[in-house]
Amino acid sequence: MAEVVLDRITKSFGQTLALDDVSLTIPDGAFVVLLGPTGAGKTTVLRSVAGLEQPDSGTVQIGGTTVTDLTPAQRNVAMVFQQYSLYPHMSVRENLAFPLKSPLLKTPPEQIARKVAEVAETLRISHKLDNKATALSGGEMQRVSIGRALVRNPSVYLMDEPLSSLDAKLRADLRVELKNIQSQSGATFLYVTHDQIEAMTMATHVGVLDHGRLVQFGTPREIYENPVSIYAASRLGQPRINVLPATLFAGAPARAKSIGLRPEQIRQGEGDESTVKRVEHLGDQTRLHLSFRNHDLITVTDAHTTLSAGDTLRILPVDPFYFDASGARVY
Amino acid sequence: MSDFSVTEPSPGQKWIAGVLVALYAVITILPLVWIIATGFKSSADSIAYPPKVLFEPQLEGYVNLFTTQTRQTAEYLAQHPPQTWYEKIVHDRGLVIAGPSRFGERFLNSVIIGFGSTFLTIVLGTLAAYAFSRFRVPLKDDLLFFILSTRMMPPIAVAIPIFLMFRSLGLSDTHAGMILLYTAVNLSLAVWLLKGFIDEIPMEYEEAALIDGYTRFQAFNRVVLPQAATGIAATAIFCLIFAWNEYAFAVLLTSGTAQTAPPFIPTIIGVGGQDWPAVAAGATIFLLPVMVFTILLRKHLLRGITFGAVRK
Repeated sequence: MAEVVLDRITKSFGQTLALDDVSLTIPDGAFVVLLGPTGAGKTTVLRSVAGLEQPDSGTVQIGGTTVTDLTPAQRNVAMVFQQYSLYPHMSVRENLAFPLKSPLLKTPPEQIARKVAEVAETLRISHKLDNKATALSGGEMQRVSIGRALVRNPSVYLMDEPLSSLDAKLRADLRVELKNIQSQSGATFLYVTHDQIEAMTMATHVGVLDHGRLVQFGTPREIYENPVSIYAASRLGQPRINVLPATLFAGAPARAKSIGLRPEQIRQGEGDESTVKRVEHLGDQTRLHLSFRNHDLITVTDAHTTLSAGDTLRILPVDPFYFDASGARVY
Repeated sequence: MSDFSVTEPSPGQKWIAGVLVALYAVITILPLVWIIATGFKSSADSIAYPPKVLFEPQLEGYVNLFTTQTRQTAEYLAQHPPQTWYEKIVHDRGLVIAGPSRFGERFLNSVIIGFGSTFLTIVLGTLAAYAFSRFRVPLKDDLLFFILSTRMMPPIAVAIPIFLMFRSLGLSDTHAGMILLYTAVNLSLAVWLLKGFIDEIPMEYEEAALIDGYTRFQAFNRVVLPQAATGIAATAIFCLIFAWNEYAFAVLLTSGTAQTAPPFIPTIIGVGGQDWPAVAAGATIFLLPVMVFTILLRKHLLRGITFGAVRK
């Protein structure tokens, strides 16, 4: 377990700038989730910590030691890849035992057997241990892949969208399981995902990446309640934050170009009139698609609402976010 | 596997396909059957016209292939009755066995040179292909093209320079010389074939092994090589077939010590008349190692075992 520090990491691939002066401190025992769309540099951060990419400039420290020039093996990190995760010529058991048999760890056989059984139990793949890695379903493969990281006791766990290929139920189960493992072991996690539920529920810290730059770093609540830009605000929240011209509502500050409204920032029944265009009953909540002065917005209302398309609903912004022309937060 | 859809052929189409395959099989297998059969014919049967399809199998060809014989007087033959079945075959024709022929040595030379060069080609080719596939090599494309360009003319076109080089380096008629030569010729094909196979192995496997605590070479050994086994087997077969069958350089550069079977077999014709059964016997035995090698590696040639472990 260790603190991981990235200090001014820059990395380009040919003409593409993948990471632009990224500095990031992952406290010991933290669960850091990196958010951002494809190409934002999330995976490159992970690979730089792992030692699979050599940054063009900047340093990586793990547990106070600079590891920039060390091989992946010397860094003692565990990584779960997004795909191509298992060694296809080995059985599930051999896959799980592979890291323990490495020259780095040289674990005694009885300890390997115990550890493999333990992890297989956690991930519910005990009955598949003697299967060939190729004879598994996608979800099982990914669980074995997670297991291969969990058998070890690395300084940091790196996970690249480990749950993205799993079905909803398994994803929910493993989310809880991973979080339990993390809080019990006090391990440091660096986790890449697209899934905002994973980010909100698992993370102690969230880093938002945009075109290779780290634009915001903080707790999930901080990012959600106090985003620095439209971009950061759009990473979290379901339905997405509504961004409308600031002049649509009264009371916008001078420099504000747009107003950002999350569902809870829209008070219903007061203010100006909008038209309900569509009502989506999701069971536990209902989404309202509204039209307000020719602009569309989406908000959430009571599950048992009597509203239907064509109805009129008054809405009023409450403590909204204001952004300037560049998308940066002004208020 | 599911990338293309297959429609069930109609019985008529199946029938036509079956006939075509059978015809092709007959055309390709017939010469082989002819050679194997001729090896078991007597001298007279081998040149009979019309050709004999049914005949009494003899081992005369094989005995002639492996021995040298001398003609003896009737008294001598009467005084020295044959001790073994093969002596008897020779004895019946008024001959005695003078000693073993050179075929055994030449065959062994073929084995040493063929398998030796194949092994060397695969070792060098796999390492080179891996480097080209995985590392940032300066001028990679130019180097790969240069390697391929060595195949753009028939190797025999450079026979004279190679002959002179071999003579001045003392490599003429040596096993090492022939192994080096066949390796040089095969290496370009091997690098290109193997690079294709290694390119197909996702880099994530090695990266996972690197993170799991293995060095680059250990990852290559434990993860890449098992994945590349299919490609290596296929490449090895191609290399062996070339080195095994090569005739022109063998004639030019070997005469005794390192002479391989291909230039030797035709010389049998010149020894005491045209002994077709012996030539056919030599060809039959010569065919066996490549056949066995191919059958042994057949399992690896069936691709698809490792496919499907990856999500695409």
